[in-house]
Amino acid sequence: MKIHEYQAKTLLKKFGVSVPRGEVCFNPQEAVEAAGRLGRPPYVLKAQVHAGGRGKGGGIKLARSVQEVDRLARELIGMTLVTPQTGPEGRKVRRLLVEEGLEIARELYLGVVVDRATGMPVVMASAEGGVEIEEVARRSPEKILRAPVRPGLGFRPYQARNLTLGLGLGEAGEKSMKLLLALVRAFQEMDASLAEINPLVVTRGGEVLALDAKINFDDNALFRHPEIRELRDVEEEEPLEVEASRLGLNYIKLNGNVGCMVNGAGLAMATMDLIQLAGGAPANFLDVGGGASVEQVTGAFRILLSDRNVRTVLINIFGGIMRCDVVAQGVVTAAKQMGVKAPIVVRLEGTNVEDGRRILRDSGLNFTVADGMADAAQKVVALAKEAR
Amino acid sequence: MSILINRDTRLLVQGITGKEGTFHTRQAVAYGTKVVAGMTPGKGGTDVDGIPVFDTAAEAVARTGANASVIFVPPPFAADAITEAADAGLPLTVCITEGIPTLDMVRVKTFLEGKKTRLIGPNCPGIITPGECKIGIMPGAIHKPGPVGVVSRSGTLTYEAVAQLSSRGIGQSTCIGIGGDPIIGTQFVDALALFREDPATEGIVLIGEIGGTAEEEAGLYIRENVKVPVVAFIAGRTAPPGRRMGHAGAIISGGHGTAAEKVEALRAAGITVVDSPASIGEAMAGALATRSR
Repeated sequence: MKIHEYQAKTLLKKFGVSVPRGEVCFNPQEAVEAAGRLGRPPYVLKAQVHAGGRGKGGGIKLARSVQEVDRLARELIGMTLVTPQTGPEGRKVRRLLVEEGLEIARELYLGVVVDRATGMPVVMASAEGGVEIEEVARRSPEKILRAPVRPGLGFRPYQARNLTLGLGLGEAGEKSMKLLLALVRAFQEMDASLAEINPLVVTRGGEVLALDAKINFDDNALFRHPEIRELRDVEEEEPLEVEASRLGLNYIKLNGNVGCMVNGAGLAMATMDLIQLAGGAPANFLDVGGGASVEQVTGAFRILLSDRNVRTVLINIFGGIMRCDVVAQGVVTAAKQMGVKAPIVVRLEGTNVEDGRRILRDSGLNFTVADGMADAAQKVVALAKEAR
Repeated sequence: MSILINRDTRLLVQGITGKEGTFHTRQAVAYGTKVVAGMTPGKGGTDVDGIPVFDTAAEAVARTGANASVIFVPPPFAADAITEAADAGLPLTVCITEGIPTLDMVRVKTFLEGKKTRLIGPNCPGIITPGECKIGIMPGAIHKPGPVGVVSRSGTLTYEAVAQLSSRGIGQSTCIGIGGDPIIGTQFVDALALFREDPATEGIVLIGEIGGTAEEEAGLYIRENVKVPVVAFIAGRTAPPGRRMGHAGAIISGGHGTAAEKVEALRAAGITVVDSPASIGEAMAGALATRSR
């Protein structure tokens, strides 16, 4: 789960990470009032959307007066912000973070993620903050300092000291160490999957603060953090994906026109790949899970077909222990309920596959029964081209 | 021959009285797996189809001589179940549970270091030695005894590959689903090392997916150590960066973990990487035919 920058800063502050003073605002009036409370200019206005690259997209502005806060807030709130991470359709800005402007002496990078290779969280730090950290990692990996967070021991003070010294933060040593230890504690106690401060800044006055903050949470651990679950902003998510997660389906919208419904994540990815190999483009990733009950299949159809780009649908179910006749019956019932018009190619495999195929053929619906995955992909792509 | 499990494996089912646990216990018994015990705290002294149920794993092991376990326990309790299996001295535990918090697995993984217990999973379909022993949720009927080892991060995609092999008359020595989570007990390289030691494994199918660097490590290992032909497929070439494709591990982050990088690394190691998931069986048939010539 993702949250907004202002939410991440509020959480980090509770753990002892210093952040700039600021307030979240939902309209220009609130922005002006917030600026008034912050005191003297300058102020920084930051569009709150779940996507990076906001500065490049024009979502971060400096205001030198309260009047300018008013003008810029009117510009930002309601705008569609397009950044390298939002895609061309952009994101509507609904919330604004108004912060005090700081005199910045240095910008650095801090991040905590779970490192699969070592099987434990790792703290990453770099003296080159603010810029594309992925670029630094690729070009000169030696510039990224790393320290493991060992289970049981945790992140030790000496590790925080080593990173602080490695970053050349000797003069702000105490403050930097405190911030590092607080960040790692926040990561662990909140079951984060990513906690990133980019940039971490040192001000002219020698303060060390998180100028930006990004936290992603482990969805699997949200059951033990009800207060974090409440921070979810569904307006930042694709509506169809929200609907899918409510039904226990795993759906991700893509840009093609061949809708797919598959059981299992790996098979779903492989099916998307096959559609592309056959010269088509998948409209989505959709994993209906192992069960694929009538309710799930119906829900899956509804979601697939709400995507207006979808011309044809490919259903690829490897029944396994599930009986194919039951799956076929579910597909037929759901298609009839939904009044599905788009041509559907079905590939079924597993127990009672012959019965399943017969049920599809006898249904009177527009099904094409495929023999194997490759055949299914070729058929559905051909149909998508005809339907255009 | 096979790896890790065979007809002598004595299985304990952790969470046997749950819906999933009971269902898959019956499937395993029907396949011929020797299920000797079940455990569910508070249900000790009862039985499931005549299989005795114990309160603790330690008691189950002591009383029945179980030497492997499978875990069908809800995510909040699954990490505890793995730890219990290890403390009971079981050499093998297979965790099917999907959705265990990552930081729970961080602690478990460290705990298992230096222990004799091998963990497979979590979030995996399990392991099967066709005709002998099935531990997990895979459909037994699609498998067939034979010479090809299968190791995969995926579930249903593995069944797809197995079905392609079996329909061509190519059986499997053992098939392992290592799981789709970022932190798992048995990696590709661990499974490859076991297959390497198995004289009956004459070819290996490796099914990877986007995210992490396990496939790249497998490529390096295979180049140095594996002499039998390997056929690989990597799922997710159409996956967009930054989006999690179902499995917690399947995400392209920071520009790394792409299908293209993995395919390149595996090909550089001399491995046959098929572009289409529909060609896995055919490619293995070709590789085995070339070898036996």
